[in-house]
Amino acid sequence: MKKFPYYPGCTLKQAATHFGESAIASAKAADIELVEIPRWNCCGAVSSLTSDDLMHHVAPIRNLVRVQEMNQEGLVDNEYDLIVFCSMCFNVLKRSNERVREDPEMLKTINQFMDTEQDYEAKVNVVHFLETLKEIGWNKIERQVKKPLKGLKISAYYGCTLLRPRGIGIDDPEAPTIMDDFIRAMGAEPVSNPYKSLCCGSYHTVGDNKELVADRTYKIVNAARENGAEMIITSCPLCAYNLDNRQKETKEKYPEFKQMPVIYFTQIMALATGMEDRAGFNGNYIDSRPLLREHGFLEG
Amino acid sequence: MSQNIGVYVCHCGGNISDTVNVDEVAKYAENQDDVVVVRSISHMCSEEGQKAIIDDINEKGLDKIIVAACSPQFHGPRFRKVVEKAGLNPAMVEMANIREQSAWPHFNNKKAATEKAKLLTKAAVNNMRDMEPVVPEKMKIGKNVLVVGAGIAGIQASLDLADSGFNVYLVEKKPMIGGHMAQLSRTFPTNDCASCILSPKMADAAEHPNIHLYTYSEIESVEGTIGNFRVKIKRKPTYVDPKKCTACNSCTEVCPTLVPDENNEGLALRKAIYLPSHIAIPHSYVLDEDSCLGLQPIACGKCVEACEANAIDYEQKPKHISVKADTIIVATGFDIFDAKRKPQYGYGRYENVINALELERMIVEAAEGSPLRPFGKKVAFVQCVGSRDVTVGNPYCSRICCMYATKLSMLLKGMIPDADVSVFYTDLRSFGKGYEEYYKRAQEIGVRYIRGRPGEMYENPKNKKINLKVEDTLTRDILDDDYDLVVLSVGLEPSKGTKEIAQMLKIPQSSDRFLQEAHPKFKPVDTAIDGVFIAGTAQGPKDIPDTVAQAGAAAARAIRLMNKGEFEMDPVKAFVHEELCTGCGDCVDACPVSAISMAGSIATINPPVCKGCGSCISSCPTEAIDLKLFTNKGVRDKISGILEGKKSGENRVIVFADDMCTYRLADGVGTAKMEYTSDAYIVRVPSSSRVTPRILLEAFEKGADAIFIGECEKAVSPYPDTHGPIEMSIFAVKKVLEKAGIEPDRIIFSPFVTVMFKGFVGKVNKLAEMARKHGNIPEEKRRNLVKMLEEVDR
Amino acid sequence: MTAVIKVKKKNREFLLKTEEMSGEHITMCEQCGICTTSCPMTEDMDISPASIIHLVQIGDEGVLDSTAIWLCASCYTCTVRCPRGIDLSAITEALRQQTLRKSIDYIDINSIDRKELEELPAIALVSALRKYTS
Repeated sequence: MKKFPYYPGCTLKQAATHFGESAIASAKAADIELVEIPRWNCCGAVSSLTSDDLMHHVAPIRNLVRVQEMNQEGLVDNEYDLIVFCSMCFNVLKRSNERVREDPEMLKTINQFMDTEQDYEAKVNVVHFLETLKEIGWNKIERQVKKPLKGLKISAYYGCTLLRPRGIGIDDPEAPTIMDDFIRAMGAEPVSNPYKSLCCGSYHTVGDNKELVADRTYKIVNAARENGAEMIITSCPLCAYNLDNRQKETKEKYPEFKQMPVIYFTQIMALATGMEDRAGFNGNYIDSRPLLREHGFLEG
Repeated sequence: MSQNIGVYVCHCGGNISDTVNVDEVAKYAENQDDVVVVRSISHMCSEEGQKAIIDDINEKGLDKIIVAACSPQFHGPRFRKVVEKAGLNPAMVEMANIREQSAWPHFNNKKAATEKAKLLTKAAVNNMRDMEPVVPEKMKIGKNVLVVGAGIAGIQASLDLADSGFNVYLVEKKPMIGGHMAQLSRTFPTNDCASCILSPKMADAAEHPNIHLYTYSEIESVEGTIGNFRVKIKRKPTYVDPKKCTACNSCTEVCPTLVPDENNEGLALRKAIYLPSHIAIPHSYVLDEDSCLGLQPIACGKCVEACEANAIDYEQKPKHISVKADTIIVATGFDIFDAKRKPQYGYGRYENVINALELERMIVEAAEGSPLRPFGKKVAFVQCVGSRDVTVGNPYCSRICCMYATKLSMLLKGMIPDADVSVFYTDLRSFGKGYEEYYKRAQEIGVRYIRGRPGEMYENPKNKKINLKVEDTLTRDILDDDYDLVVLSVGLEPSKGTKEIAQMLKIPQSSDRFLQEAHPKFKPVDTAIDGVFIAGTAQGPKDIPDTVAQAGAAAARAIRLMNKGEFEMDPVKAFVHEELCTGCGDCVDACPVSAISMAGSIATINPPVCKGCGSCISSCPTEAIDLKLFTNKGVRDKISGILEGKKSGENRVIVFADDMCTYRLADGVGTAKMEYTSDAYIVRVPSSSRVTPRILLEAFEKGADAIFIGECEKAVSPYPDTHGPIEMSIFAVKKVLEKAGIEPDRIIFSPFVTVMFKGFVGKVNKLAEMARKHGNIPEEKRRNLVKMLEEVDR
Repeated sequence: MTAVIKVKKKNREFLLKTEEMSGEHITMCEQCGICTTSCPMTEDMDISPASIIHLVQIGDEGVLDSTAIWLCASCYTCTVRCPRGIDLSAITEALRQQTLRKSIDYIDINSIDRKELEELPAIALVSALRKYTS
């Protein structure tokens, strides 16, 4: 099994351990051993967009220095592809990485900021696990599927940070297919959703704008349902929180609203590759297990 | 040789003199050897300036002229004519480009601009001192023209040429002529029926005794140059003999295969054997071999049985035709933007989102009683789809969409009086004659123009209506409405054929990928390739009146060349200093176009074949082979002019710029007033492949701090591969530098096309900055570079 | 009758500052409005996304008081659609920062119910703090 450096990010370690656990299982199914970056730090969750703010790029870059060290220390074998699962961490790490790659002066300044660290050489590639799967090849991934999720209709929710901006996102920002290909590889049936990349409201979930998130959740989940979906998958922990946990508020605001499970793509993969014990189905707000039992994918 | 050089410093009405101290430049020129007259004049290109040169030649006996003014690309031909008028050989004038290369790019630094202008003038004087007269050779030219593409541009150019007595080969890829215009309903701003005005021209072209029409044909290859283009045409089999075909339609009736009908943009189906359009010329049926069941009587054969005229022949084979052309007109047109590249508008997914060309066909077919699909009553036009949009790589305006949307809106309102038609636009452009009035007419009959570009559209899955939200950017309200039909006003892109012919003929493309004209103002239908002209939308989006005007212009420019029966060849050709030639024959192998042969033990050049790139020069161990107008001596003299008297601490970067791309690019950068380092001095060469390792090393010996070699990207270069020889030269030079302990990164090579402004500025600045960091090369290190050339393994 | 048309002093410096902070060429905007109906938050905004740019173009600092700039969640939909390649997300960030850098926060984290805070995942809190507070 090949060893890859792995950046979990805060949420996979805390609020969404079911994402973290199923991520490691999914990687195993793809014949990848994830080696967690030692002493990783929070990436900052959102990219700093002002041109004069270099400080907020230090945190993401420091994580990439760790990947350098992992290679020097032999924790991974000359492997500079850093695998990330969380869409937001992926976006932040990749954006900072691309910025310093394009701007050697900026890299120099940031290296000076981190005077106790070794210089970052800008050799790391930040990749999302879905890209890794695509690279391996959907046919090969399909062969790892022990329990094809035949008949399960899934709406892929891409959200924002997996796709945008261009050059950072992993697929065509207007017509993405990568998650639909993933669903197909799992033996399930992808269902189109016109709002598959409509912003869920993101961090507006904090504070007084919760209703705004509930409105988006209403729109996205309803569209999935109208197109025949039984569940939604995502790779973003903030989207997952908004689309899953905020269905409570959605239901309060729109009493006729019918709830729907929203789970991580890795949970689906863990299930399909025969590791349902590591899929963490007890971690979601809307329980997907009744649906999966109905389909016969889970016992009992 | 007598040396009476006159130097004329132009102010360009302030364009130069606002930045460059022209008096200082003039005074500096006076102190140069052999300079006997110096004048400083407001506009050298004016009557006054030209007269001053002629008078001084006649009265003061000047024999060589330097005009320190604008780019030789701009006024070079003018001053060559001026000196010729005064009895000098046209090679006896040289322009020092102190406008595009000094005043403009260094407008922020008057002192640097003035110093650079002085040295550019000195380099020109140096170069001129030993300049030899050049007499261009003349070549016979015939009266045969290849016209590629038979849309309205190709048809018009062919008719103008044919009517003037020239012999035209008109080649069209499709089975019928007429191009996109034959698909249109009506034309703006007159609303006259497109096919009604086009059909007579199509018939004229098909019947003209001087036009040889090849439909369903493609250009396989073009070799040779002006006066001798050898063209191979492949004519695809139609499997129907047009002479026997009576167009009775029996074959189509029995044909079992249905495929999308191209003429109707796929909104209808056609059979595998079909008449391309009811206005098709040639008016003959075509069997499309890709969709026919098998071209064998066993597989189907129904059409053969049905044809009473015995016109169908499954045995037809492609025909390969060779023709000779003296000039070429490229009229290969456009493709419409594929709206699937804007997935957010749902084209191809939503049945009621269509493109404007489809609407043209819907209107034509409805008028003829066979409607393709319903129109609906509430219709939206979305403008600028695939135009003015960097996200799809098309920043340009397609120029015709505002008016065609206006036309289609009017036609819809005419057909469906209570139709509610809205046009969502960003800027409305009604630039042509009668267009503003046309726009007003549409407004008068109630077409609504709303300023805003929608972000995305959604189909109502139940009634299939299209929900379109758009910000009315004038009121700042969001309009949210459902439409029966949304028409995407798709822009124009260079057609596939246009891109192919550009590659084949090496016609440069501008940054919008359309074919580039030789000069945007004064040579709008010429190309950089002698004898090749462009007409119509292959050059850029345009409407029918402009297309027709341009086609006429292209025909006239071609006639201008051919009418005299002979033309002057480009004087830049390789030549041999016979006394130096050792007969080794290395140049024979080095020439990419086989223009060199050995006459006994001396190399000889075949001038009509020689392209004048200079790739052979580096191969010659004794410098016996040379290039007219850009001689080894001349290039050396220029470099000396730039480097002589250079003080310690001064940084000079020599930029060798090929005429076609890098030099024009630098002119463009100057014209755009983009600043770059004033350390850079441009030396114009036909191709940088004429610069030898010896010349490069001499430049370093003389004190150059860095050398930048620019050359056309291969795809747009007028020459066969020049990159190979350039890279070999640089390789040798780097080896010597390394050996001498000099940083080898002081020399770089970069291929360009004429639009890479930022790339040019960035790279030149970077090189200059690096040379500054390295500092001047110490005298002792650079003393023996040329000598060391023999010691390294090349 | 009450006057409704405002006459305001405009400040070009504000445009230049916002251009510099955002790194975006704001005068390049042609006001086509594509950002407005691409934006998922438009319906909740007080002024449209295209208006935000327009106000910056004309140097109207009043835009800093809009709620729209705070509703932008950096989803980058406008960024990928702008036909002139302008990143409006970076512009709204530059506008927010002009308030935040005066140590004026948009939300008061202490006013949020403690229980609610505990329920929120780290990713939500960190991003909200980064975007809403100084």
